[in-house]
Parts: sequence; structure tokens; C-alpha cells
Amino acid sequence: MESNIMIEMRGITKHFGSVVANENVDLTVRRGEILSVLGENGSGKTSLMNMLAGIYFPDAGHIFVEGREVIIRSPKDAFDLGIGMIHQHFKLVDVLTAAENIILGLPGAMKLDMNQVKKDVQQLLDKYGFELNLDAKIYEMSVSQKQTVEIVKMLYRGAHILILDEPTAVLTPQETDKLFQVLRNMRAHGHSIIIITHKLNEVLSLSDRVSVLRKGAYVGTVNTCDATEMSLTEMMVGEKVVLDIERPDPVNPVMKLHVDDVTVYNREGREVLSHANFEAYTGEILGIAGIAGSGQKELLESIAGLQPHMTGKIHYRNRKGHIKELTEMSAQEIREIGIRLAFVPEDRLGMGLVASMGMTDNMMLRSYRKGHGLFARRKEPHDLAEHIKEELGVVTPSVDWPVGRMSGGNVQKVLVGREIASSPQVLMVAYPVRGLDINSSYQIYALLNEQKKKGSCVICVGEDLDVLLALCDRILVLADGRVSGVVDARTATKEEVGLLMTSEDKKEVQA
Amino acid sequence: MNVISVFLQKAITQGIPLLFGANGEILTEKSGNLNLGIPGLMYMGGVAGLIGAFLYEANVANPIPFVGMLISVICCLLCSALGALIYSVLTITLRANQNVTGLALTTFGMGFGNFFGGSLSRLAGGVGQLSTATTASAFRAKIPFLTDIPVVGELLFGYGWLTYFCLIITFALSFFLFKTRVGLNLRAVGESAATADAAGINVNRYKYIATIVGGMMAGLGGLYFVMEYTGGTWVNNGFGDRGWLAIALVIFARWRPLNAIWGSFLFGGLYILYLYIPGLTRDMQEIFKSLPYLVTIVVLVITSLRKKREDQPPASLGLPYFRESRG
Amino acid sequence: MSAAVKEPLFHVVKRDGTSFGRSLLIRLAAIVLALIVCAVIIVLLTGMNPLSVYAALWNGAVGTSRRMWITFRDAAILLCIGFAVMPAFRMRFWNTGAEGQVLMGAAATAAMMIYGKALPSWLLYALCPLAGIAAGIIWGVIPAFFKAYWNTNETLFTLMLNYIATQLVAFCIIFWENPPGSNSVGLINSKGKIGWLPNLDRYGCVLPILIVLALAVLLYAYMRYTKQGYEVSVVGESENTAHYAGINVKRVIIRTMALCGAVAGIAGYLLASGVSHTISTGLVGGRGFTAIIVAWLGKLNPFSMMIVALGLVFMQKGSVEIAGQFNLNENASEIITGILLFFILGCEFFINYRLEFRKHEKEAVKA
Repeated sequence: MESNIMIEMRGITKHFGSVVANENVDLTVRRGEILSVLGENGSGKTSLMNMLAGIYFPDAGHIFVEGREVIIRSPKDAFDLGIGMIHQHFKLVDVLTAAENIILGLPGAMKLDMNQVKKDVQQLLDKYGFELNLDAKIYEMSVSQKQTVEIVKMLYRGAHILILDEPTAVLTPQETDKLFQVLRNMRAHGHSIIIITHKLNEVLSLSDRVSVLRKGAYVGTVNTCDATEMSLTEMMVGEKVVLDIERPDPVNPVMKLHVDDVTVYNREGREVLSHANFEAYTGEILGIAGIAGSGQKELLESIAGLQPHMTGKIHYRNRKGHIKELTEMSAQEIREIGIRLAFVPEDRLGMGLVASMGMTDNMMLRSYRKGHGLFARRKEPHDLAEHIKEELGVVTPSVDWPVGRMSGGNVQKVLVGREIASSPQVLMVAYPVRGLDINSSYQIYALLNEQKKKGSCVICVGEDLDVLLALCDRILVLADGRVSGVVDARTATKEEVGLLMTSEDKKEVQA
Repeated sequence: MNVISVFLQKAITQGIPLLFGANGEILTEKSGNLNLGIPGLMYMGGVAGLIGAFLYEANVANPIPFVGMLISVICCLLCSALGALIYSVLTITLRANQNVTGLALTTFGMGFGNFFGGSLSRLAGGVGQLSTATTASAFRAKIPFLTDIPVVGELLFGYGWLTYFCLIITFALSFFLFKTRVGLNLRAVGESAATADAAGINVNRYKYIATIVGGMMAGLGGLYFVMEYTGGTWVNNGFGDRGWLAIALVIFARWRPLNAIWGSFLFGGLYILYLYIPGLTRDMQEIFKSLPYLVTIVVLVITSLRKKREDQPPASLGLPYFRESRG
Repeated sequence: MSAAVKEPLFHVVKRDGTSFGRSLLIRLAAIVLALIVCAVIIVLLTGMNPLSVYAALWNGAVGTSRRMWITFRDAAILLCIGFAVMPAFRMRFWNTGAEGQVLMGAAATAAMMIYGKALPSWLLYALCPLAGIAAGIIWGVIPAFFKAYWNTNETLFTLMLNYIATQLVAFCIIFWENPPGSNSVGLINSKGKIGWLPNLDRYGCVLPILIVLALAVLLYAYMRYTKQGYEVSVVGESENTAHYAGINVKRVIIRTMALCGAVAGIAGYLLASGVSHTISTGLVGGRGFTAIIVAWLGKLNPFSMMIVALGLVFMQKGSVEIAGQFNLNENASEIITGILLFFILGCEFFINYRLEFRKHEKEAVKA
């Protein structure tokens, strides 16, 4: 039965309530290869892998490991089969040390001999060339160190099939290179590696084969050497996609916001955004690019009056040309002086909306203070909800249906719809199309352009450089909490922006 | 014996049931379960031990103290384990709210204790005042000669075996939590059930066992009170609010069993301090009785101010775990 | 390898939503089961005929008009205490301190009755509830303040405050005791009934019930239709969203706990001035905790809470009556309550989740 095939998944189906995560998916993994599982956000990559790792249980389908059919009921079963998964949100215990996390759940002598454990782990570290302080607590570590702990944890358990879920999303280019080196090293040792990603360059540079998922269904598998970015994109999105996003020229741009030397500290007092300095204009879309966690969130929140720990100044120019300083103001105070500042945060259901409430009640989040007296008015929010449902085609049984039960695209329509309903002077959106299908995405781009044409100052944080380059007028690039450059989106290339995203020193490229 | 030595001895006597309860709650909370049913479990353990001893003494002509003791310990452990099992099934398997389930268990357990403790003699056919003095004598037996050592004899050796057993349990629990693999796994379950699960730990089994064993430890606290402290009889609500003090002690000890030892002596001392302060009027005595609770609040506030990671409650305390919940 | 080809017997799946009828049916089934278990226990203890157990329960709770009124009144008071935790729970603030808040309210009311004898009676009628409300607010706001500013664990803080309240009341009792040395206060103002809640009916039950019903309507309206009620819901769902919407979370926490304390104070006032006309450390008698259960099982909805409170008090009164008949002590009611609660708490699972059993053996698949 010596076979080259390590894992075979056949006809895997998984539903969450009415949401289809995977429908009849097949997948094969060979010995000693790196397989990319490629797909857009929400295409079901992670759910599929979670079923290999024993986190989810498939509704239907068969899984074979080394030719034998298996049932994987728990992560323990997965380990026993040599399958280890590194989740996007690391599964580590913050208050324990690296060594303690690595040996978690393993059998062995009752009494813990930490010195022996550390010696064993150290051998493993040396074998693959990791650097790690085994006595450090997880909460003291950087993201890349935590990821190392996760990988070592899996190797220490003898995993020879390693699944990594979007491993580079939070890494710097140097860290990514180092990770890839380690992965190639492991392949050389005969391990099979599955990497979930939606980044084409990584797929092409790292993997041997690529399997593509689209909307929960299996599209096909190709050898990387036969694939190009174009062909993979086609598989991913289904049809040839030309990013045909409208981009009108700004009309009478006037300086609207001036962010002056803003530094934001996190709860532990560490700088997460340092000395940001830029201006935003009316009638334009200013894109913000950067690796995840480079200070995008903090930048938007500091403008929105949601960041308590910051220094520097934020100036706003109203229609009459008067400058107002927003620096010390809370979100509520900004609203009270009549500035309509709309904000679509990254965390839609955890920040922008209340998941358990319906559309009407979510509309009230912005307007419930209106009117005098003790009672909140419901009539207008209800009408607004009906209007948004109609206008943007939100699919929901009623405006009282909890938004948390809607699909991602509909949730985003509700949120964006509410934010633009106030005809904002400044509109900030973070990752507006994350998890949305192509149609919904284009609808959102159109909404942003509409605001731009009305003369709003639109700021859009994005992750897809192609989109940012096609949609925005200028792109501000953040790298490690610093503004590394501002480029003209009409002339800049992807490489140029990519370089800025990873540059260490600060340089101003004024557009 | 001077007053201070007597005070210390009494403080320890008062502290032991708290220490039992706190140990049980620490073990339970380390698995992520906030069991507010511990006060109820202490009542259940106490009354079950009493019933066991009572039935034994009532049905045997010449009861042997040691056998009575064995029976009452077993009854106590079984009953408190059963109570903790109810809590476990409801919160772990059926994912009911932990606070509410715990409070329901305390209601049930206190009612259970007071009902059977109060009605026992009547249910058994009206034997008059309930007493299990023979069995209690085995609980209260002290090591001969050692107590005669001057000055420290009574202070160190003037207790029944449950006191020393309690201290042993505390040290063992501390060793278990911080020096063994299973203890490490348990702490991981309490900090992040999803992480522990992903590491191949059977989260539910850990939660069940920790909660049930924790409940049994707490039950022994009730037994100690009934047998050693009151000498084998039942007074309705005699155990009072000590169960909640045990939960307070867990916070005070910052989830470390060894801290709970001196904490329990301190709490025990504060609990009876009013008796030893000269010139206290009766009303002022009542004020003094609130000292342990005040001290706990102060500790609670200080730890929340310091925000030291290692001093915080287990991170997933009070949360149910469902592997397939999304996001 | 342990992962053999064997599917688990069943696994648990979260329901997308359950129809009202279905969840009602599941709850009813749980209550019926609980009643059967309770009856079995009572039969075992007393040897009664099972059917007569239910008859006795009924008789004990509502058998005479006096019993019926008292059952309704006690249900109203339990409900009132439930209202004192409901807004906090909506905010995910786990207020386990209703016991102490009510007791403080009762103590302040008693103090008013004792020291305000000389005041004009209309003034005293106004001051008694106000004193109770004020004391409840103070006791509720203390932990809220610490929670708001330092995120101090409120479950444990409020729990501890209960016992401090008990000791404070114990102190007051000795201070006010009558006759001296009795360690109790006795009926306050038994001559002239100064400061007593007026009786509208023979048993003095109607007024407290009306007050609580009015509170139910007010609280329902507050939570559902006011700006402040809306803020409470948002803070409870997600503090992040609240910040985003410009809600001052600290203020909402403190304000809501003040409201809870005030309602607890009213419950304390009703207990001291309307029911017992005295003050004792056992006046609340664990109802502060039972009320948490009432609020939770009633899904924090004032009207569902009514049903739960009535059901619990009905069972308690009935079982106390049975215990009395057989010379057993009245703690039997707590056992009965406990069993009922276990079943109702457990049945929620079947409302929110369903079990998927193994499908019939699938045909062998070749690798």
C-alpha cells in the first residue's frame, strides 16, 4: 500500500445553519509537497482545513489518510494521524511559557521535568533552524515568535502534515522569507505542508501544487509550474476579472483633514502608530495600504475620536474654511459640533453593528439621541432601514431580523448604508469588501465613488493592492506604524507600493 | 495557654473549612468553571456525612468510631460529588449559564442540608436530639502526648486529622497544578478551552473531573464543620455564610493554593476577631464580623488596579465551550 | 491509531433559531418532568399518594384566599427583586448583590419608620420609600463605580457586599433592639402603624402587588423605548460598539446600577414597610439570589419573569405546606425549587442546539 498520497478528502460538505461552508469538496495532498489552498475570503478554505484538524465535523464526505478511511472527531484524533494545524488566531495560552505551550496536552511522566522538556525542544529548534526563547511567556512575544511557537508545537507532536492558515498575513517580508525557508526545510525532511492563502505571489513562489476553492466548492488543482497569476485568478473568481472600477477625477479638492504628527499608544504603552503626518482632501478617495497591523486601525480610530492614548493634532476644515481641532474630542463631541464623520470599522459585528439587533435598532446606533425627551425615536430609523434594504438590496426576512444572522455581504451593506445615510463630510472605511463576493464588492466601490462625487473626503483602508490602485486617487502606505509614503494611485505600480509597505525608513513621496 | 495562642488555634479551626472550600473552588475555577454552588455543596457534604454516621450509629449496637468515620467520609464524598455532577452536566454538557446554575445549586444544597439535617431524627422515627458523638470522636481524636508539649503543643497538634489532611490536600493541589502535566493541561483548559482543545486535551473530561473533585473537597469542608467543629450534630444554617467566604478566599489567594493556607487562617482570625477585642459592644462585634468580606473587596480592587497578568482569574472563567461555534 | 472508522453516535449542532411554539413545548416538558421528580421525592419522604401531592401543593399555595393573596404578594416581591438585577444583566453586569441592596433598602426604611415617628404622616409616607431607594442606590453604585473605572470583577464584589450589608443590619438591629437583649427589633410602630404601607385589602397584599406591576410596565418601557434603555442594550452586547457609537460606557454602567439599586430599594421598602414591619438579617432570605434565577429564566423580559416568579413561589408555598403537614421542616421548598431550576436550566440546551444522530451505517468505501 506504499502510496504517494497522504490525504484524500472526498465529497466533503459542511453547513453552518443555512450557510454553506463547503459543498462536495475533493482534495489530495501528496507526501513531501507544499500544497496551496487558494480562494477568496469566504471560499471555505478554513472550514475545509478545520475538518482535517478535528475542529469541525463534516456533514458528509470521506477522509482518507495514507489510504485508510478515518473519522476525525477531535484535534487529538488529528494529532494521532500526524495532522497539525496552525490557525490564523493562534491557539496559545497567554500566561504560559513557550515550552509549556509546546508540551500542552502531550502524554508523559506525571511530574513535569521542564529542564528535560526544554532540552528536547531545543534539539528540534536546532534541527530546523528556529530561534525561540522557551522561557518567555506568550503575552510577551511578537506575532512572528508566537507563530514559531505554534509550528514547533506541531513538529514536537510529530506532525508530518502541517496546515497553515494565512500564515503571512501578519508577518513582515523578512519574517515571511524566514518562514518560507523553514517550510521548504520541512518539505526536504519529507513533511507535507498545506498553506491556506489568497496571495498569488506566495502561491507561485512556495508551493508545488495549488488547489482552488470558490464559494465553498472545489474548482480544481494545478501544478504551480503550469500556473500563472492570471490563470489562478481566473480559477479563483470564476471568470476573467478585469478590475473595472470607475475612477472619476476629483472636483475642486480642498484640504479637509490634516493629521499632524499623530502617535498612538496601545494599552501596554507601546507605540502602534508613530508620528503620522498627512492631509486628506474633499472629492478624493485616499487609500491606505499596509501589512495587517501596521497601524491602520489606530489611525482611523484616532481620527474618529476613539483612541484615548494619542499625541499630536488632528485638524478639520469646515465648509467656511475654519479649522477645528478634533484631537481631544470623543466621537460624541465631534458629532455635537456638527461634523458628520462616518466610520465603517474593520470589525463589523463587534464594533460597527450590534449582532443581536435588527436593522432598525442598528440604524439607531447613530441616531438614537435625536429629539428631546426620554424616549428614543423609532420611526426614522425604521424608515431608513427599509430604505437601505430596498436601495442596496439587503437580503433579510425583515428589518427586525438580527444582523448577526445575515451573510457577510448583507451585513456590510447595512453598515455602509447607515454610515453614508448621514451624507458624511468624512467617510472612513476599513477593509470594506473583506469577505464579500464580487458583486457586493462592486456595489460598495460604487457607493464610495458616489460619496466622492458628492464632495466627501473618503479614506479607505484596503488589503488588495489591485483594488486600491484602481479605486483610489492617492495611496498612503503604512509600514510598521509609520507613514512610509504617499503615492499617486494613477501612476504608481504595485511593486512600488509593495516596497513601501515593507520599507523600514520613512520617506515622503508626495503625489 | 495565653490568649494569643488560643486565638490562633481558634482562627485555624475556623479557617480549615474555608480552606477546603477554597481548594475545591480553585480546582474548579482552574478548569474555567465558576462554581457558585460551592456553599451548597459544603452543606450537602456535611449533612451526608452526618446522615451516614447517624444511620450507622442508630443501627449498630456498639458502633466503632473508626468505622463510623469511614462511612461518613464516604457518604460526604459521594453526596458532594453528586451535587457537583449536577452542576457539571448542566454547565458543561448542557451549557447552562454558570452563575445561575451555581446559585441554583447553592439554593438546592442549603435546602438539602437544612432539610435533612433538621428532619433527620423525625424521618428516622423520632429519636430525639440528633447526635453522632461516637463518630465525631474519631474525627476529633488528637495525637496523644504531642499536645502536651508546652506552648506550641495545642497550637500545632490540637486538631483532628481532617485539619492535617486539608493541609496535605492544599500542598498536593499546588504541586498538581504547577508541577505536573495534567495540572498544566488543566490550567490551559481554564485559560483558553479552544487552545486546550486544539492541543488535543479532552476539555470536557478535564472540566468534569476538576469540578467534581473540587466539589468533593468542598464537601469535606462541610463535613469538618459538622463533625469536628460542632461535634457531630446539626444546627440549621449553623454553617452560615462560610461557603461564600471560601469563594472570597479564592480571590484573596489569587488562585494559588499555598496563598490560601495563610489566607484561610487570616480569614478565620478575622471571623472571630470580635471575640478577642476587649471592650467591644455587641453591635460593634457585628461590624467586626464583616472584616473578611471587606478585606476580600480590598484585594479584589487592588488586583484589578495592578492588572498583573498572573494575578487575574482564569481567562475563560464562566464561559461555556462549544468547539463548533464559529468565529 | 485511535481514529478508527467509527462515526460518533451523535454530535451537537447549533440551531439557527427555534420557533416560539417549539421552545414553549420544550420548557413545558421540562417543567412536567421536574414536577414528576419532585412528586417522587415527596412520595418517598412522606409516603403520600402521588396525586394527593399535587393536590396538597395546590392547596398549600392557593387553597384559601389568604394563601392565594400571600402567594401573589410574595411572587410580586420576588419579581421586584428580579427587576433589580434585570437591567444590569441586560448590560452583562453580573449583579449578584441584590440580596444586600434590598437589605440596605429595608434597613433605611426601618430607620425612617423608627426615627420619623414624629413627622407628619404624609411626609413619612414619602420619606420611607425615598430612604429605601437611596440606600439601595448607594449599595448598587459602589461596585458599579469600581467596575466602570478599574474593571473590578463585579460578580465577586457584589457578592461580598451582601455580607457586609448583613453585618451592617445586624449592627443596626442591636442598636434598635426592642425589647433590649432580644437581638431583634420587633414590630416597628406596632401601635398606630406609623409608616406602614397602607392596607387596601384584608391581607395587605394588593398595594405591594400593584406597585410591582406598575414597576414592570415602567421597566419594560424603559428598557424598550427610552434612549437610556437602548444604551444599556448596546453596552451589554459589545462595549466596543458602545464606544463606537459615542456612548459613555462608564456613565451607563453607573447609571444602570443606580437604577438597579433603586428598584432593590423599593423591594426593601415593600418588605420592611409593607410585609414584615420589622427588620432582620434574614428578611430577604436568599431571595436576592433566587431573583437572579427569575431574571435569567424569564429571559430578562419583565412579563416572562412574572410567570417564573409566580411558578417558583407557588411551588415553594405548596411544598412548605406539605412539609408542615408531615412535621418536616420548611427547607423542603428549597430542594423543590432547586430541582425545578435544574430542569429548566437544562432544557435551554435543547432549545438552542439539536443532536444529530449517526446516520445509518454508510456503505463501505474503497480507499
